[in-house]
Amino acid sequence: MKARIKFRKYGCLRFIGHLDVMRYFQKVMRRGEIPIAFTGGYSPHMIMSFAQPLGVGVTSDGEYFDIELTKPISSKRAVAQMNEVMAEGIEVVSFVEIPDDKKQSGMTITKAADYQVTLLESVKSSGYVRKVPEIFKEKAVRFLSQEKIMVLKATKKSEKEVDIKPMIYDMRVSDESIYLFLAAGSENNLKPDLVMSAFLDFMGEDKSKNPMHFHRIDVYADAPKGFVDPKETDARKKGFVTLESLGREII
Amino acid sequence: MRKLALNDEILLKIEKPARYIGGEVNSVMKDKDEIDIRFAMCFPDVYEIGMSHLGIKILYDMFNSWEDVWCERVYSPWVDLDKVMREEHIPLFALESQDPVKEFDFLGITLQYEMCYTNVLQVLDLSGIPMMAKERTKEDPIVIGGGPCAYNPEPLADFFDMFYIGEGETVYRTLLDLYKENKDSCKTRQEFLEKAAKIPGIYVPCFYDVSYHEDGTLASFTPNNGHAPKTVKKQIVMDVTDTYYPKNPVVPFIKVTQDRVVLEIQRGCIRGCRFCQAGMLYRPVRERDIEKLKEYARQMLKNTGHEEISLSSLSSSDYSQLKELVTFLIDEFKGKGINISLPSLRIDAFSLDVMERVQDVRKSSLTFAPEAGSQRLRNVINKGLTEEDILEGAGKAFEGGWNKVKLYFMLGLPTETKEDMEAIPRLADKIARRYYEIPKEKRNGKCQITTSTSFFIPKPFTPFQWARMYSNEEYISRAAIVKHAFHDQLNRKSLKYNWHDAEITVLEGVFARGDRKMGKVLLEAYRLGCIYDAWTEVFDNEKWMKAFENTGVDIAFYNERERNTDELLPWDFIDIGVTKDFLKREWERAMRGEVTPNCREQCSGCGALKFGGGVCYEGKN
Repeated sequence: MKARIKFRKYGCLRFIGHLDVMRYFQKVMRRGEIPIAFTGGYSPHMIMSFAQPLGVGVTSDGEYFDIELTKPISSKRAVAQMNEVMAEGIEVVSFVEIPDDKKQSGMTITKAADYQVTLLESVKSSGYVRKVPEIFKEKAVRFLSQEKIMVLKATKKSEKEVDIKPMIYDMRVSDESIYLFLAAGSENNLKPDLVMSAFLDFMGEDKSKNPMHFHRIDVYADAPKGFVDPKETDARKKGFVTLESLGREII
Repeated sequence: MRKLALNDEILLKIEKPARYIGGEVNSVMKDKDEIDIRFAMCFPDVYEIGMSHLGIKILYDMFNSWEDVWCERVYSPWVDLDKVMREEHIPLFALESQDPVKEFDFLGITLQYEMCYTNVLQVLDLSGIPMMAKERTKEDPIVIGGGPCAYNPEPLADFFDMFYIGEGETVYRTLLDLYKENKDSCKTRQEFLEKAAKIPGIYVPCFYDVSYHEDGTLASFTPNNGHAPKTVKKQIVMDVTDTYYPKNPVVPFIKVTQDRVVLEIQRGCIRGCRFCQAGMLYRPVRERDIEKLKEYARQMLKNTGHEEISLSSLSSSDYSQLKELVTFLIDEFKGKGINISLPSLRIDAFSLDVMERVQDVRKSSLTFAPEAGSQRLRNVINKGLTEEDILEGAGKAFEGGWNKVKLYFMLGLPTETKEDMEAIPRLADKIARRYYEIPKEKRNGKCQITTSTSFFIPKPFTPFQWARMYSNEEYISRAAIVKHAFHDQLNRKSLKYNWHDAEITVLEGVFARGDRKMGKVLLEAYRLGCIYDAWTEVFDNEKWMKAFENTGVDIAFYNERERNTDELLPWDFIDIGVTKDFLKREWERAMRGEVTPNCREQCSGCGALKFGGGVCYEGKN
């Protein structure tokens, strides 16, 4: 039996990197007595896979990992047992059963991620947010109406120029924040800071004078045929569903 | 939400910000308005090292179990943050509250090795606490040192208000009560120090005057204050079972050096190796009750979520119920995906059996620490291990499928000759030959014998405390002798030889047996920019040599001189239970190559009997 865990990462925990979050949750499994399955061999390890790594400094309301269980545990109990042994800055939001099929793992199905970007008064603290200048709204429309948006993207070995426009599914500017709905996952992955630097470049703004904070709202998969997520009200995310909504509660 | 001492910009640009944010599972938060004493407990090295230290975990747990005390952790900022803090004038802070260390009542610093001494100055300096104890006022915390290096506190005497000589579980409560009483009645810092000096085990260096002979040796060491005793007595816990144990240790977010549950099974060692300081300092041997240890293992694994457990003690094979304990750990936890990390055990049928159960034989290696190459020299250092033991143990292991052996030796031991050095490669070669006695079809490929040597450093309170050391060049030439002897042997493929640099050895030697004159060298080295001397990538020997030159302190005086047994030594005012007479007898026996039996074979009258317990009273009531 497989389960998907959704968690939030906030506050001081944004300084903990992806690998350490993985290690952290391995210990949570033991402290919280979650019946997680192990691989065989001389040094067995937990069967646990994270959907999408989160960069240091970024906070999130929708992080995911899948685990394999040796026996069922109710969603309610599992969430409570984990949160009981949690450090401040991480909170488990849900625990749902997902299909056993390998093709349905969070890592495989991740297709998009939703980000909220806020502008900061100072690079020194993410606590002081400033309003988004009016001009950003108009510029965002022009930015997106370009035929191509070419940026230098660092690969493992070198840098290459790529067109990121097809990977920007949506960009919306409000008075408080900029929302980015971007391609994510193993096929196409676009980081929000890359979009924002391209946008600032486009506006002729200096990146160092515009400190920002990035927050991931949720991670999405392609919606299966005929599947409608009742919680999703945003028309712009049509065709996508959150990873959480693909699972079901264990009673 | 906790407010951090460092801003986002800094945290995102330095290495491993998790070192500085606190907030780990099981870290203790208290309301600072509801406690009386704030204690900052510091390990003066980087977080990953400091967080691996058992002693601090025990004290953290003990202090925080007291309602009126809040103990927090402090570590040395790594060199990247060190630079930022100096540039931006950010004071050093404790991890839990993120408050400046200077606001605390106490700053406790554990002294685990000599090469952390400049980091002690770094911690004081970054905290904004005057480095010299005599310049501190009531605005500053009481700076107290402890740990093994506190047994010769003299090189650090200028920088500490007091030292705690012995195991922390014993007199801290008395000291803190005294502090509260003093604070409530608005008495001065001086009055507190005077009263503290009367507590057994507390050494207040400013209450002692030191004078020197013309040749630089110590002439006298005398109290200058009526409250200070002539000798300071080591404090130890006699009941190691019914005492504090950290059942909820802090679980770091990042991988630290010892990322596991640690069970301390006993304190002390029965063996009496003559070079070993811990073996003398922690006498007598005191074992923890096995049932209690089993309970701790369960609780601690549950409370931390660690996937590994290890045992900690000197010479763990001597714990009388080791078999039962190890078998319990394997049976109880192995099936739950918990790794059992074994301490180095004497190689016999039992240890090979458990090793096979918890490790992958093809990957793991056997470790022997004969310390000296020849039997003659092993007798001098009182290391019981014989060549026969090693060859027999290795042989059994080879037959069981092992093919890797690690050997540890020391060079520069008292009376060492060229023959002793050349005996090291010969021993390694004999082990390799033993491997090839196994029929080819039963062998697991080639064997690999890795030999490492370090240089011997005489430590206070050991029978070798009078021994001489050598110069950097001499050490290197000794390592070269071993290297050439390896090279001259036929078998080169399966034998590997590693040796350490000698620069750090020389400095460690000076500080291990140094006196108060070392204080100015330390200050000068720190002024020249020395910190993190235990880290080869940071260590800068040239600066150190400059510091000795600038202060006119002669390394050879401290290192290359055999001390006379009637010389007054800087640490003679400390009474560790083991007597100077015993150490002298052992020094003389060493010179005659005589072996002394271990505590369980026969009592040698070292003096530790006076503590009234432990191995000295085994089988007696």
